[in-house]
Amino acid sequence: MPQLEVNGVAIDDTFAEAFGMRATAIVITGPNRKWARQAAVSMTGFATSVIGCGCEAAIDVELEPSETPDGRPGFRVTLFAVSTDELQKQLQARVAQCVLTSPGSACFAGLDGPNLLKLGAALRYFGDGWQISKKIGGRHFWRVPVMDGEFLCEATTGMTKEAVGGGNLLLLADSSANALAAAEAAVAAINTVPGAIMPFPGGVVRSGSKIGGKYKGIIASTNEAFAPTLRGAVKSALGTDINAVLEIVIDGETADAVAAAMRAGLGAVTGLGPEKGAIRISAGNFGGKLGKFLYHLKDLLP
Amino acid sequence: MTALTFTIREEPPERLDLSPLTPRRLAGMALRDIATIRLGQSKRASVAGDVFHISGDDPENIVFEGGSGRFDRVAAEMDSGEVRVIGDAGAQAGRLMRGGRLLVEGDAGPHAGSGMRGGRVEIAGDAGDHLGAPLAGELAGMNGGVLIVRGKSGAFTADRLRRGLVAVLGGAGDHAGCRMIAGTLVVTGGVGEMPGYLMRRGSILLDGAPGGLSPSFVETGAPDLVFAALIDRYLVDDGVLDAPLLGKAPRRYGGDNAVSGRGELLFPR
Repeated sequence: MPQLEVNGVAIDDTFAEAFGMRATAIVITGPNRKWARQAAVSMTGFATSVIGCGCEAAIDVELEPSETPDGRPGFRVTLFAVSTDELQKQLQARVAQCVLTSPGSACFAGLDGPNLLKLGAALRYFGDGWQISKKIGGRHFWRVPVMDGEFLCEATTGMTKEAVGGGNLLLLADSSANALAAAEAAVAAINTVPGAIMPFPGGVVRSGSKIGGKYKGIIASTNEAFAPTLRGAVKSALGTDINAVLEIVIDGETADAVAAAMRAGLGAVTGLGPEKGAIRISAGNFGGKLGKFLYHLKDLLP
Repeated sequence: MTALTFTIREEPPERLDLSPLTPRRLAGMALRDIATIRLGQSKRASVAGDVFHISGDDPENIVFEGGSGRFDRVAAEMDSGEVRVIGDAGAQAGRLMRGGRLLVEGDAGPHAGSGMRGGRVEIAGDAGDHLGAPLAGELAGMNGGVLIVRGKSGAFTADRLRRGLVAVLGGAGDHAGCRMIAGTLVVTGGVGEMPGYLMRRGSILLDGAPGGLSPSFVETGAPDLVFAALIDRYLVDDGVLDAPLLGKAPRRYGGDNAVSGRGELLFPR
């Protein structure tokens, strides 16, 4: 594979392959930053991959009190799924189980758009007839009586069909510690990009996968070409200097958000240099068979 | 284009029905045709040209220069554009409005904003009884839109309010928000006897504890309410109020328990 180089870090002339998704966003507020964050973290828990979780979700940005509808600390959370029905189901279940239950929380639409998903319009029935409908300035809210007062929830939120899932970077390092340092730098940089999330734990994936496997019925299995302990036993993509690989997976509300996120990640990792981070950067793809969005690393270099 | 301006010649000799003078009804009409529109209600009824000197050419922007308590049904059934009355309006100003804006710079008579469906009415002075309320025999009052009175309003303000926002900043008379079906009524400057009498649902927001409250209202605690923060912010951002009204955890009464009892009266602690 032809190689490029930035600041001593080798970059494969390859591309990340991503596919279209449906996405929605909500704004969760709480009585303080801790409890707003707790509700957001709970509702995005176990939402790493659509393969096993139904949706991919994470906190997009933290919002100052001046930026939220009710003047309290908040977090904007985005959810991605493969179909509108699945996205609606996941949104409803997660808000009902994790936001409605969280002390002092409230929940607002986080995305405008012509396509709407039910938010409070589905959860209002928890009020068992005591729920109150309110229209304020053209927006529709439901107020559901709960034990610490009221759960206020906007009736609907927007959904986009322009979302993209599966943007990625593979960070190859000579040690686990350096791979982790590179990944953390990439996550920190990508966290500043609006409209892009990294749904895996802390934004990092250690189990890069390939489609299918030798066992019947398995959907994904280990990506042996990038597993250092299999070097020599299989057709490996790793040179002798690579001992650890970590992946950053990115979902974006738009194709541009994914590109911006990958650009930010590449900038952070190359900025770290090969001694403190990754020796080489690559990207995962399936030869163009998986999705229509191709992000060539050479176009995204800092 | 300049505003289509109706300058009053003298105090009209009879009550006038100004409902034909709305942006939609005047669209595409020549001034000489407008001058022939019948406005009076008597046998020898006045036409527009008798009462007003008419000038301008923008029917989306209508101005009445000089008002009168005899100007009834100003901007009634209006659905777009803007009407401004530099002076007083009579009965039923903005009745059944569906869109657009009406600004009355003086006082308005009874039934202002009656049965509104949308749009925005602002009355800089006082309003009479039955603000936003239904006429006799009608089942529901206001059903949408925003109705603001900067002065005071009379009795039965927001009677049978079903949807939308009514805000009275100079105090309201007796039975404010009576028989409310839903919607929001904001009153600062005090309310008379029995606010929310027989209200079924909806919110009445006051700037202090009401006196003369029906005993069929019960106090229902004062937890933190996100709704209070939202409505406070909306009222300030929209220019209705200068400062937040309710605060974080207002006191709340539920009622009227003589009927379904799902309504609420909120006021700051």
